[in-house]
Amino acid sequence: MTPRRRRLFLVIGILAGVAIAGVLTLQAFRENVMFFFDPSQVAKGEAPAHERFRLGGMVEEGSVVRSPGSLQVQFTVTDFQQSVPVHYTGVLPDLFREGQGVVAHGRLGGDGVFTADEVLAKHDENYMPPEVSRSLKAVHPEGAPQG
Amino acid sequence: MEMLPELGHFALVLALLLAGLQAFFGIAGPAFGRQRWMSAVIPATAGSAVMVVTAFACLVASFVGFDFSVAYVAQNSNSALPLIYRIAAVWGAHEGSLLLWIVLLAGWTIAVAFGASRLPQHFSARVLGVLGIVSFGFLLFTLATSNPFLRLIPAAVDGSDLNPLLQDPALALHPPLLYTGYVGFAVAFAFAIAAMLEGKLDQTWARWTRPWTLAAWAFLTVGIALGSWWAYYELGWGGYWFWDPVENASFMPWLIGTALIHSLAVTDKRGLFKSWTLLLSIIAFSLSLLGTFLVRSGVLVSVHSFAADPARGIFILAFLVIMVGGALALYAWRAPLLKSDAGFELTSRESFLLFNNILLVIAAATVFGGTLAPLISDTLGLGTLSVGTQYFNPTFLLPMLPLIALASVGMHANWKRGRLAARGRPLIATGLIALAVALAAVFGYYGGRPGLALASFLLGAWLVLSSLVDPFDRLRRRLSMPRAIVGMTLAHMALGVFVISVTAVETYTTERDVAVAQGESVEVGGYTFRFDGIDDIHGPNYDGVHAIVQVSRDGKPLATLHPEKRRYFVQQSVMTEAGIESQPGRDLFVALGEDLGAGRWSLRIQVRPLINYVWLAALLMALGGSIAASDRRYRTARAPATEPVGAGQGSTA
Repeated sequence: MTPRRRRLFLVIGILAGVAIAGVLTLQAFRENVMFFFDPSQVAKGEAPAHERFRLGGMVEEGSVVRSPGSLQVQFTVTDFQQSVPVHYTGVLPDLFREGQGVVAHGRLGGDGVFTADEVLAKHDENYMPPEVSRSLKAVHPEGAPQG
Repeated sequence: MEMLPELGHFALVLALLLAGLQAFFGIAGPAFGRQRWMSAVIPATAGSAVMVVTAFACLVASFVGFDFSVAYVAQNSNSALPLIYRIAAVWGAHEGSLLLWIVLLAGWTIAVAFGASRLPQHFSARVLGVLGIVSFGFLLFTLATSNPFLRLIPAAVDGSDLNPLLQDPALALHPPLLYTGYVGFAVAFAFAIAAMLEGKLDQTWARWTRPWTLAAWAFLTVGIALGSWWAYYELGWGGYWFWDPVENASFMPWLIGTALIHSLAVTDKRGLFKSWTLLLSIIAFSLSLLGTFLVRSGVLVSVHSFAADPARGIFILAFLVIMVGGALALYAWRAPLLKSDAGFELTSRESFLLFNNILLVIAAATVFGGTLAPLISDTLGLGTLSVGTQYFNPTFLLPMLPLIALASVGMHANWKRGRLAARGRPLIATGLIALAVALAAVFGYYGGRPGLALASFLLGAWLVLSSLVDPFDRLRRRLSMPRAIVGMTLAHMALGVFVISVTAVETYTTERDVAVAQGESVEVGGYTFRFDGIDDIHGPNYDGVHAIVQVSRDGKPLATLHPEKRRYFVQQSVMTEAGIESQPGRDLFVALGEDLGAGRWSLRIQVRPLINYVWLAALLMALGGSIAASDRRYRTARAPATEPVGAGQGSTA
């Protein structure tokens, strides 16, 4: 092989490698990205039926119900227009509270109940996930708390 | 004392002016051949640095002295905050962490000014000039949008406290170390810009740049590791890496910095990859700036996003466009002058390092894509999406596994010539031992779940063993052992240890969320955790409860853990402090959940094998980097390159 041909092979090899990596990455991306929906969008049926997504809004006041002594908990996520019941089993984050912003990861069941496998709460008193605060502002431009 | 904030503010203004002079004399002096302008660079640099340090000291003093008439102090401190956190609170939010960035840049700049006394004057003037531009930009940003010295009228009676998440020793140290790394890449960037302005880049240039880049990389490594360790014990989730946007923001410059270290080795040794090295220098620093933009503008959902002020975001974006755009434009214009046309064979060390660079850049690109996709999708109105572990883990592993395999082989390749056969036997031998170790670990020790774990254990163990071949060979033949070799060996071994420990953690962690009543036991990963009730605790600025959890194995008591739930008085926020017992080979982790009623509490219990070695490996990597940075070759590098290409120790990298 002449150096020129060798270099050609090297370049082709690199390009092929980069192309394969690119295709696989896009594939992984398409399959593993989660979209965000608020309760109004869920009510309109915009959320996917069998895929995981992020549900965000406020934890409705007085909606948190726990069977005593168990890790199972139910609460309602609301954007003051619509609300979605959520079931979760596990340890809730430190800052999970009624009347505060929350994002839940999980799937929507046929019965309209969102089964969460992960619940995230805001990180401090002044912070709200931007997507939650935006979606609250969109449906409730006056009274929504600021993010 | 009363005037300290005003003094600090004034010092910042002076620092801005002097940085402007530093930039002007540094760039214009050599361009117009004005000797006296070039001589003015060092005084301007020193003056600017003194002013920056003065300003920083004023802010520290305001924090230490509880001056709640300063808005930033009132927002981030409190009369009950202990001294160490009052100092750490200086960089606990946006304004102060920018000032910290500027102080660290001043520190690097002064170090470069000392080190540059050996360099030709026009070149060192240009390097300091570029650093002056960066410093000027950040000072302008601070004064225009984020002045930490603004007064609060009337003064606050007491401060609203430092975010309790940040009241922790590791997180007090994390930003300074991380920033030292970030800012350190400014030095490589400045060297690259200076070389392009000169229109000349030789092997001496690479030799000057290498120790600075290694040092910056080592700091960044420790900074990232410290943040990861903090997340492990403080956030109560028990993981060490979450692919959080802010973590990614620091990881991207690290990946590119790693590529840069290796590419610089080729430029130094063989005079190749010149324009590629320049490009990586530019990208590494651009990603450091982008990291600042991502974290500071508050555009991403994250623990660390302190600010949500669009004016700041736009300023940083504009700064980013000017710096990166300017650098890339200069690159497009000048890089063709710096062609390197020596050839090399397919199995030579150069081509292994080329693959190393390609794979690292691919890895950085996948992280980049995943981190910015939510932002881009949001901006284009394509919906709000989030990218998590499910994307990052597989896409990151894809380039990393071949990278690690190639590292084991590539270390033994010669420069220029592709004769691997000479090291064939030790390579095969170490490979076979590694295979035996991997099989023993998967089927013997951990018992099952082969597949990816087997492959990763094999690759990790092979890398550890293979990196020892050359040093042992040198010892046996009584050859010299330069620090560059020691550092490289240590860093590569550490990478192997890292791979092994991450594999063990990811494959063999057992975790359970449980609801337990007093006296009740649960079994996780072969250990028995008995919940012995709850006690009250009282800290200086918080109170709360801790659980008493007895851990035993086979009836033998091992430890008592006290996972805490703290409520900080001022912000009334609840924080978790995990209880962790480090056994040889594994960590026992218990985080306290909440009162579930009916006398039960929730606990998160995890048994994580080898997790401590993840951070230990990172520290060893950084140690390797700093040992390599102190190699004699770099200290004695002077004047123009007269050495023949590829002479000297054949396998230093």
